[in-house]
Amino acid sequence: MMHEMQKLRVELNRRCDAIGREIRVMEVCGTHTVAAFRSGIRSMLPDNFRLISGPGCPVCVTAQRYIDAAIDLASLPNVIVATYGDMLRVPGLSGSLEKQRAKGADLRVVTSALRALQIARDHPESEVVFLGVGFETTSPATALTILEAARDQVPNFSVLVSHKLVVPAMVALLECDDMSIDGFLCPGHVSVIIGSNAYAPIASRFGKPCVVGGFEPEQILKALVHLTRQIEYGESYVENVYPAVVTESGNATAMDILRRVFVPGDTVWRALGVIPMSGFDLAPEFQAFDALRRFDIHVGEDFDNPSCRCGEVILGRIEPCECALFGNECTPLTPIGPCMVSSEGTCAAWFKYNRHAIAMGARS
Amino acid sequence: MTTIHSLVGNDVSRPIVETGVERIVLAHGGGGELTGQLIAERIMPALANEDLATLDDSAVLPWCSDHVVFTTDSYVVTPLEFPGGDIGALAVAGTVNDLAVMGAEPVALSLGLIIEEGLPLETLDRIVASISQTAKRAGIRVVTGDTKVIERRTGEGLFVNTAGVGRLIAGCRMSMSRVTPGDQVLVSGTLGEHGLTIMSVRGGIQFDTTLRSDVTPLNGMIRRLVTSGAEIKFMRDATRGGLAGVLADVSERSGFSVEIEESALPMTIGARYAADMLGLDPLTIANEGKIVCVVANRDADAVCDMMRACAEGRHAAIIGRVVDSTPPLVELKTTAGGARIVQRPYGEELPRIC
Repeated sequence: MMHEMQKLRVELNRRCDAIGREIRVMEVCGTHTVAAFRSGIRSMLPDNFRLISGPGCPVCVTAQRYIDAAIDLASLPNVIVATYGDMLRVPGLSGSLEKQRAKGADLRVVTSALRALQIARDHPESEVVFLGVGFETTSPATALTILEAARDQVPNFSVLVSHKLVVPAMVALLECDDMSIDGFLCPGHVSVIIGSNAYAPIASRFGKPCVVGGFEPEQILKALVHLTRQIEYGESYVENVYPAVVTESGNATAMDILRRVFVPGDTVWRALGVIPMSGFDLAPEFQAFDALRRFDIHVGEDFDNPSCRCGEVILGRIEPCECALFGNECTPLTPIGPCMVSSEGTCAAWFKYNRHAIAMGARS
Repeated sequence: MTTIHSLVGNDVSRPIVETGVERIVLAHGGGGELTGQLIAERIMPALANEDLATLDDSAVLPWCSDHVVFTTDSYVVTPLEFPGGDIGALAVAGTVNDLAVMGAEPVALSLGLIIEEGLPLETLDRIVASISQTAKRAGIRVVTGDTKVIERRTGEGLFVNTAGVGRLIAGCRMSMSRVTPGDQVLVSGTLGEHGLTIMSVRGGIQFDTTLRSDVTPLNGMIRRLVTSGAEIKFMRDATRGGLAGVLADVSERSGFSVEIEESALPMTIGARYAADMLGLDPLTIANEGKIVCVVANRDADAVCDMMRACAEGRHAAIIGRVVDSTPPLVELKTTAGGARIVQRPYGEELPRIC
C-alpha cells in the first residue's frame, strides 16, 4: 500500500507543481471530510492544493426551522421522535432535541428508518415521528419505510421530511458569483444510488472536473490525482475511480422507490437558502405520512446567529478557524452553528483533528 | 418469596402484565423482613466470606502496609447485560483495575446496589453471580455492602457502586511526572471492543456483530509487570475516553508530546468495521480490560513480552513513544503516511447519520 501511496503522492505533487497556482477542490461529502483528516491525507497535500469541505454533511445543511419543527413535535404529548444520533445537538431557535429530551421528550436514536417503524409497531399507543434527513444515501431507506408503513397500514407512524439532493446543491454553489472551485471530489456513497452520470451536467455545463472516489486513503489520493490531471490539461469530465461499488447509472431499484414515494421540490438549506428542486416532498398518495400535516405543525423562519459563519464554511469561502466563534463559544458540546454538531461537520472535523494546526505548523 | 402481585397488586398506576416473573418491589429496600430475605437468599450465597457474613455496619480488615490505595466508581450501564459481560463484572473489574494501575494489590471491595423496583429477581441473581465470579478471578472479596430500592422508572434499572482498597506494592510509584522523552508507550491489547459492544446492543442502534466486551480484571497481569523490576512510569486503564483520553492526559500533564503509529495499534477487524460504520474514532472508544503503560525505553520490549505472556495481554503492543517537542500534543502517524492530532473526545460521541 505504501508503495502505491508514494507513487500517488509523487504524481499529485508533480501535477500541482505543473499547474503552478492555487488549486481548489471541493469534497462534497462529510465522510470524505473526516476520512481526509483521519487518515492524514490533509497533512500530505501540496501547499497549493486546497481541499474545501462542501455542503455534504446532512446535519449541517438542515435548516434551523426544521429543527424547530422537530422540537415542536417532540414537545407534543404521546409523541416519540426517532432520529439519527447526530441530529440531537443541532441548535434550533429554542434549544436542541437533546435539551428537549432532558425536559422529558421521548427521543429515540435509531440507525435506520425501519427501526423507527418498528418502534411505532411496538408502541401502538404512541405516535412515532421519524426525522427524515440526509442525501440520497438515507432517502431510499425513508422511502422504503414509508412504503412498508403504507402496505401494513401502520397508523401511528409519520415522517418529518427534509431529504436533500446533492447535485442541485453543487449547481447552486457553482451559480454563486464568487465561488472559485476547480473540481469536485464526488461522494462515494451517494453515487452508489444516483450513479456517476448524475454529475455529467456539472462537468459539461460548468466545465468542472468531477471524480467519484472511495474513502480509503489510497482511494481519496487517487481521486485527487485524477482531478489534478484533468485540471492540468484543462479538461472536465466525470471519472469514476470507485468502480467497485459505483456504476454509471446507480441503483435503479433505489431510484425507483424514491420516485414512487417522493416528488422533487424546492427546499431550504442552512446557509444556502432555498434551492429549486433540491429536496423531496411526499407524493400525494403518501401525504398521510407527513408529520407536519398530521400534527398541524407550522414551519417558521430561520434566524441564524449573526456571528455564526457556517454559511461561508459550507460554501467553502472560509476555513472554520477564520470564524471568531470557532473553538471559543462554539464547540462540539455547545455548538452554535450546525457545522460543529455532526462528527462529519467541517467545523467539528477541524476541531477534532486540526485545532492544533497552528501549533503543528509552528513545530514543523 | 412473595410475588409482585401481592405487594403492588392494588396499585393500578403500575400494572405488571407478566405473570410468573418475580420482581424487586419497593419493600425489598424497606429494611425489614423482605430486605433481610433478599440479602440472605440472593446476595450472601454468592458472595459469602467471613467478613461479609457478620453483616456488621463496617468490615474490619487486618492491615500491614505503608499506604492504603482507595478508589470508588459507580456503574450505570444499559443494557445491564451485554455480550462478554454485565454491570456486575464491570463493577468489580473496573474498581479492581483502578486500584491495580496505581501499583496496588487489591484487597477488598464494597458493593452498593441501587435497584429499581420492577427488576426481575433472576436478572439480579445473574448479576450477583457475575460479581462473585469476577471477584474470584480477581482474587478479591466483597467485605461490606448496601442495598437500596428506588421507585420504578424503566423497570429494568440497576446501579452499582463499588469502592475498593488495596495495598501499594512496595517500590511502586506511578506518576505522570516521571514520564520523559524516549519512554515507550504500550497498550495491553485490542482497542474499542467494550464501547462498540454496548452500542451494538443499545436500543435503537442495534447491529449484528460478533463483538464482545473486553471487561476483565487486570490485577494479575499488572502485578507481574510492576513486580518485575521493569521501570514502568505510568499506567492507566483506557476506559471512558479510550486510548485518546489517556494519551491526551499523559501529554498534557507530563508536558511532552506522544507519537503513536496507526499501524501498531492492535484492533480486531470487527471493531474496526463497527467503528467505521458508526463514524466513530476507535481511539476514543471505551475499553474495560486494557491498560496503557509508559515504560522506560530499555524495558519496553520486556514489558510487552510479559503482557503477551498473559491471556489478557496477548495482543499487547508498543504503539509509540514520548518525544520532546512543544507544544505537548498527541500525534498519530497514519498508515497512509500522513499525520494527525489525537485529542480526547469532547463528550458523548454521536453515531453519524450515513
